[in-house]
Amino acid sequence: MSTLTQVPEAPEASAFVPQKSRGRRSSLRGRPRWWLYVVLTLGLVAMVMPFIWMILGSFKTNAEIRQYPTNFWPIDPTTENYEALFVRLDFATFFLNSIVVAVFVTLGNIVFCSMVGYALAKLQFRGKKALFALVLGTLMVPGVVTFVPLFVLTANLGLVNSYPGLILPFLITPVGVFLMRQFIMGLPDELIEAARIDGASEWRIFLRVIMPLCGPAIATLTILTFLGSWNNFLWPLVVATTENMYTLPVALALYSVGQNAAQYGLMMAGAVVVVVPVLVVFVCLQRYFVQGISLTGIK
Amino acid sequence: MTALATSVPPRARASRRDRRMTLTAWLFATPFVILFAVFMAGPIVASFAMSFTDLTTRDLETPFNVDIVGFDNYIRLFQDPRFTRSLINTFTFTLVGVPLTMALALLVALALDKGIHRFRTVYRVGYYAPVVTSIVAIAIVWRFILQPDGLLNGFLAWFGIQGPNWLESTTWALPSLIMMAVWRNIGTLMVIFLAGLQSVPREHHEAAMVDGANVFQRFRAITIPALRPTILFAAVITGIGFLQFFEEPYVMTQGGPLDATLSTAMYTYDQFGFGNYAYASAASYVLFIVIVALALIQFRLLGRKD
Repeated sequence: MSTLTQVPEAPEASAFVPQKSRGRRSSLRGRPRWWLYVVLTLGLVAMVMPFIWMILGSFKTNAEIRQYPTNFWPIDPTTENYEALFVRLDFATFFLNSIVVAVFVTLGNIVFCSMVGYALAKLQFRGKKALFALVLGTLMVPGVVTFVPLFVLTANLGLVNSYPGLILPFLITPVGVFLMRQFIMGLPDELIEAARIDGASEWRIFLRVIMPLCGPAIATLTILTFLGSWNNFLWPLVVATTENMYTLPVALALYSVGQNAAQYGLMMAGAVVVVVPVLVVFVCLQRYFVQGISLTGIK
Repeated sequence: MTALATSVPPRARASRRDRRMTLTAWLFATPFVILFAVFMAGPIVASFAMSFTDLTTRDLETPFNVDIVGFDNYIRLFQDPRFTRSLINTFTFTLVGVPLTMALALLVALALDKGIHRFRTVYRVGYYAPVVTSIVAIAIVWRFILQPDGLLNGFLAWFGIQGPNWLESTTWALPSLIMMAVWRNIGTLMVIFLAGLQSVPREHHEAAMVDGANVFQRFRAITIPALRPTILFAAVITGIGFLQFFEEPYVMTQGGPLDATLSTAMYTYDQFGFGNYAYASAASYVLFIVIVALALIQFRLLGRKD
């Protein structure tokens, strides 16, 4: 991130450097290299083009999208796709469902993962190592392994097609525990000792000393879990059985086949509704996203 | 520990305090442990047990009719050409997609780390943006890009290339999904590699340069060995992700054409949809075993110290 530590340019001719590598010698030095910018910019265009294409497409009529050769800019921009999305297909409901599920999932993770994270990081107790090993072990288990018994369980509890059914299995995540534990471990023990000597209970220490210091970790956890929930697909697909319980990705996937499959503009607008809110938040908070990835390695 | 003279012997006091500490700690862990047991650990074990039975939708109301069938489900799986096909597709997807993503991400990370001073945030945000988006939404957009008369073929036409009907062709459907997955995952690995590159000591490069090593020699002799733990980590987490691919074929090809993009996760989901719960569980456990095996192989291959 910092460019302050650049090494000053060495004299051009050095007896120690053989002829061959002279041209490439600047790779570690401060000289800007235009061809790197060119290559990276071409790559960047390839990375963002699908997003631009999606946004432009959402304002085109169906006939225009199907034209060949393709128009890049909409000739006659229209908002009819968005009107159809919210009037005919009830995307407001799916949007609300996605928000409700993501908010509760995120709150659950903040509360429960920091509690167990504190215990795992700073308290001594029997079974601590086993518990942590168990949590880490589940990180590798793919979602498809659990969804069949999870569905049978949810069905037996009568929670299929309900908010609790969508939310409960995600109130905690192993990644969240890992992240909170790692962060709390880094907080100084002296703070906790001092509070204990002052006679504070563990709960008070947790609420008044630990949690106020966990701001950055909670920000990262909030972003990761909200995002994970917003983009989650397999479980909502299994458990949401009627339209009024669909989340955005489920609605989008199920409407993208069948009679709407040929409605390109409509589907592009749907993708915009799912993707753009997240992109806006990401651009504003990108530092924390990157932090979260480096901390956990999990998107 | 304590200098106070009390009637209680020190050891007894300590153990009582330990017990109280254990109790408090478990109280902190209780909500998590309950949710974890019911919604994670429980289902993982149940799925394993289920895979040795003949549980189907019909048995949900009369669970006592379920029989234990041993390895029957697993034997049936490997006799089903669609399942083996799904495994081959999953392996191809992973073995091509992961190295490709890692190579491109490493190139971008190296360029950003060494040669670029301005607009770094812009590049980082741009390359990372696909990571945060919903695969479902992105797959729909890519479906239109890959249409016979879509954006990609329009672009290829500039160079006089007649592009294929990407998603309808048995040859090109899986490469199309790989292309999209690579596009989506470069950002994650770029960030991980950037973090790793920061730990490569600058002095080593300086010394090697003085000795006359060129860019590629330095890359091989210094950067790669220093990055080995990072590369291992990246390979394992990307591998785990790629082996589970589901949304891409679900949205873009429904596993077709002719099962050319059917993934194991999608096969599992299909069997679940048909009500074959036990059989679906067995399929998911095969995938799980594959994931664990792959992770172990990667640790063996890349984790060894020379």
